Amino acid sequence: MENRNEAGRREYPTPSRKDLKKMIYFDNAATSWPKPPEVKEAMVRFMEEIGANPGRSGHLLSIEAARIIYETRETLSTVFNVKDPSRIVFTQNATESINLALKGLLRPGDHVITSSMEHNSVMRPLRDLEKKGVELSVVPCSPKGKLDSRDIEKKIQSRTRMIVLNHASNVTGTLLPVREAGRMAREHDLLFLVDAAQTAGAFPIDMESDGIDLLAFTGHKSLYGPQGTGGLVIGERIHEKEMIPLKQGGTGSRSEFEEQPDFLPDRFESGTPNAVGIAGLLAGVRFVLKRGVEPIRRHESHLIEKLIEGFKDIPQITLYGTGEMKDRIATLSFNIENLSPSDVAFRLEEASGILCRPGLHCAPSAHRTIGTFPGGTVRFSFSFFNRIEEVEQAIEAIRHLAHQGG
Amino acid sequence: MVYGVILFPSIYFALRAEKKSKEKGLSVRLIPVPRHLSPDCGVCLRIPWEEKETIHSLLEKEGVKIEGVHPLKTHEK
Repeated sequence: MENRNEAGRREYPTPSRKDLKKMIYFDNAATSWPKPPEVKEAMVRFMEEIGANPGRSGHLLSIEAARIIYETRETLSTVFNVKDPSRIVFTQNATESINLALKGLLRPGDHVITSSMEHNSVMRPLRDLEKKGVELSVVPCSPKGKLDSRDIEKKIQSRTRMIVLNHASNVTGTLLPVREAGRMAREHDLLFLVDAAQTAGAFPIDMESDGIDLLAFTGHKSLYGPQGTGGLVIGERIHEKEMIPLKQGGTGSRSEFEEQPDFLPDRFESGTPNAVGIAGLLAGVRFVLKRGVEPIRRHESHLIEKLIEGFKDIPQITLYGTGEMKDRIATLSFNIENLSPSDVAFRLEEASGILCRPGLHCAPSAHRTIGTFPGGTVRFSFSFFNRIEEVEQAIEAIRHLAHQGG
Repeated sequence: MVYGVILFPSIYFALRAEKKSKEKGLSVRLIPVPRHLSPDCGVCLRIPWEEKETIHSLLEKEGVKIEGVHPLKTHEK
């Protein structure tokens, strides 16, 4: 099927509704799809019935828009066990949250420790800070992507200020020892930043018992909100006045002053927010709470377990990451002998309508760690909406592809 | 009824104050901030003046930052 725009130029083909039904979407680590229908409904309701700028104007609709954002903060605080919802600030995505935490708190002369399994959302701002005088230690992980928390401890020195870890790798799905690292950070009086892009909503997170000081999350993956939503939880051990905002501007508060407010959440929320997106995020988070993070995890673990099991008798397949369900989430990387990841992805889409992500997944360091740089891997990632039949179809499609070879 | 208003540093606290007060069955309402109290463009919480101590201590307990508590003149409803 081909679309032409008004000028008659050829545009990219748009899948028809019928095609969409036949597709198998295994790219939930990039963004979850489909979303629960109530997410779209909440966004439509916001556009049709509310629409105003939240908290800027004092009229009914402005208050209603602000109320939706307030409710989202409060609802998210139950997901992550945050006592004070004002300590959740909204951002565009986890990347912005990580940038805010790192650039807002680290100063030249500080030392920061991270792992070799990080995404570029952590690596790139850290490499930038390194040029500006922040010292960086990257702790190597095992070829399965596992991190021994004792290896972090060995790197701690007198100027160490922060430990930064992803909760689970976007390449292998391997969980990092967040709780142990959190305990260690408290013992050594360090700040602990967790990149929860892959886990928020899909794996239990508790700011208190995990010892997290800064939690960067995205709204559009396992919280089932729309793209352009995310946030940073700023724990009680952080003095917000010492954290520099990425941007300054209008907040709807203290309008008579030309200085940026020093209180939460306004200090870090300048400019009109993505209120329609946050309305959708609220519906997504409510969906997660209604189903429960643990049941969602059980469903997704079941799917990944079946996938790994099905791959076992296909000798041409190399699996990456750990096979232990307790140490992983529902994201899996693999390769097929004599086929490049992009070939596999293309042929899966052509032959079976399976949509996945080949390549380096914005995480070159993680691929170096597991030995797949620069070729990359094929990645399957599941959500609550994937079904066991889809996994079975995928196993058969891969088996066929593996036997065909290059 | 004699009313008063509570002013907050931001809409977040105003909404939290409204929610926590209503949960306790208190008759409160968000209204635009009267011009003579603050040049800000936001909202404040109108409260029954006789409940000001109850509400004040409730909000402190709930972590709501308060900027000021003022009586309203009778024509300012």
